[in-house]
Amino acid sequence: MTQALETLGRAGLRSFERLGRGQIFMAYVLAGIPEIALRWRLVVHQVYAVGVLSLVIIVVSGLFVGMVLGLQGYNTLVDFGAEESLGVLVALSLVRELGPVVSALLFAGRAGSALTAEIGLMKTTEQLSAMEMMAIDPLHRVVAPRFLAGIISMPLLAAMFSAVGVYGGYFIGVGLLGVDEGAFWSQMQDAVDLRDDIFNGVIKSIVFGVAVTWIAVFEGYDTVPTAEGISRATTRTVVNSSLAVLGLDFILTALMFD
Amino acid sequence: MTNHRLSPQTINDPLVKIRGVTFRRGTRLIFDNVDIDIARGKITAIMGPSGCGKTTMLRIIGGQLRPDSGSVVVDGHEVPALSRRALFTLRKRMGMLFQSGALLTDLNVFDNVAFPLREHTDLPESMIRDLVLMKLEAVGLRGAKHLSPNQLSGGMQRRVALARAIALDPLMIMYDEPFTGQDPISMGVLVRLIKLMKDALGITSIVVSHDVQETASISDYIYVISAGKVVGEGTPETLRNSASEWVRQFMDALPDGPVPFHYPAPDYEEDLLSGGRA
Ligand SMILES: Nc1ncnc2c1ncn2[C@@H]1O[C@H](COP(=O)(O)OP(=O)(O)OP(=O)(O)O)[C@@H](O)[C@H]1O
Ligand SMILES: [Mg+2]
Repeated sequence: MTQALETLGRAGLRSFERLGRGQIFMAYVLAGIPEIALRWRLVVHQVYAVGVLSLVIIVVSGLFVGMVLGLQGYNTLVDFGAEESLGVLVALSLVRELGPVVSALLFAGRAGSALTAEIGLMKTTEQLSAMEMMAIDPLHRVVAPRFLAGIISMPLLAAMFSAVGVYGGYFIGVGLLGVDEGAFWSQMQDAVDLRDDIFNGVIKSIVFGVAVTWIAVFEGYDTVPTAEGISRATTRTVVNSSLAVLGLDFILTALMFD
Repeated sequence: MTNHRLSPQTINDPLVKIRGVTFRRGTRLIFDNVDIDIARGKITAIMGPSGCGKTTMLRIIGGQLRPDSGSVVVDGHEVPALSRRALFTLRKRMGMLFQSGALLTDLNVFDNVAFPLREHTDLPESMIRDLVLMKLEAVGLRGAKHLSPNQLSGGMQRRVALARAIALDPLMIMYDEPFTGQDPISMGVLVRLIKLMKDALGITSIVVSHDVQETASISDYIYVISAGKVVGEGTPETLRNSASEWVRQFMDALPDGPVPFHYPAPDYEEDLLSGGRA
């Protein structure tokens, strides 16, 4: 019994210690951001690796999520004779919730895990150590551009997801099930508010971008330098950042749409 | 502050002065009150059996590890006390060749060598190109400039890493096991290169190694470390004729002697008979 408590206590202490280390780590990375932002080529390169290469999965998923929304929404709305509001339902679900959340989850799986594995492998093969010995701070040179790229990419990917999703809903609703095209778009235009819906959605996706990328680069940098260490760190990135996204989404939703 | 390479009062001072350094990994004592001097413009070897802490010593000199006590002075700077910024300024003048080469795997050979130049200087690209080609020519790999690190053999990787280490014309280079896993030819090439760095460029070298013959052939001074202490030091000549059992065992490659072959362990028989309970 006491042993169980002891183990629990130690695990608790360790996670608090990691949390603290994660914050110090982030302070160092943030200090490197101004310098790295000037060397925009480094950031562009990472936006490509982190963002552009995630496009396919984001677009395909957005399309399917939009189509499912179209189907389910139509089936429910048609019972109340309100199928013309399908556009509103699809757009609001996507812009407020599904766009930021689902794209962040996909981003964690696609880009977050790749970031962790890449930085972890650089650590394992002493590349980070070598940089330090060349008087180049890997937190600035390696981590900062990747972090910045994650924050830039996430809202763009979420926007892409929502846009494609709306077309998915349109394709099913208007194209297949015969919802009136004019009503679909005009109701959507009336109901979706720039500040309340779009703006809040963008804020959400920026917050998710910070959380996912932070977790990913920290797990990579904090990897135990072995093959097993990298695989554990990658798993932790996906699990922790997914949980962080869902938890943050609840908090943000409560604050934004009360 | 950075350019007293030839200031007269320091020229006879050792470049690196290690005094009373003690270092622990957990409860294991890696170094126990070690004193080492690295003379300017000379090749100093640090030798010792595997696991005795040679890599650790280089990391302490480079400021990546902090000793538990003692002082490490590099070119007049107390390394463990330096701020991060000052440490980085100092490191620009130290090259380090890692045991693994540690090339950046997402860059090709040319860009690896150009990396420190691009990071630390504002030189125009044409001049960087000339400098990189010169360094690659020196290690005989100018023709390999477009290859990526995973297309190179271990020996070639180490030579590229050497070209990268000398890119900024450092004051000193630390070689971690430059000869391990090299065939006799590339071993000879590396031996010649290290000597060339000293003779042509006047670079101070620290060679960490357990290849006794090769290392002794180029070193001006040798420290033999074992069990956390300096057990012998001197020119290759004096060490070869040393009476110390420790040094004898090492220089003559005797399998058993005062240096134990085994990592500290409980009694063998007891360990086998305990059935995993110990
Ligand atoms: N990260 C670490 N954590 C704990 N102990 C370590 C760590 N790194 C090294 N050690 C221990 O420190 C000792 C010295 O290691 P070091 O790498 O300096 O040896 P070395 O002399 O370079 O050996 P080799 O010739 O095999 O490269 C080893 O016995 C090792 O067990
Ligand atoms: Mg070593």
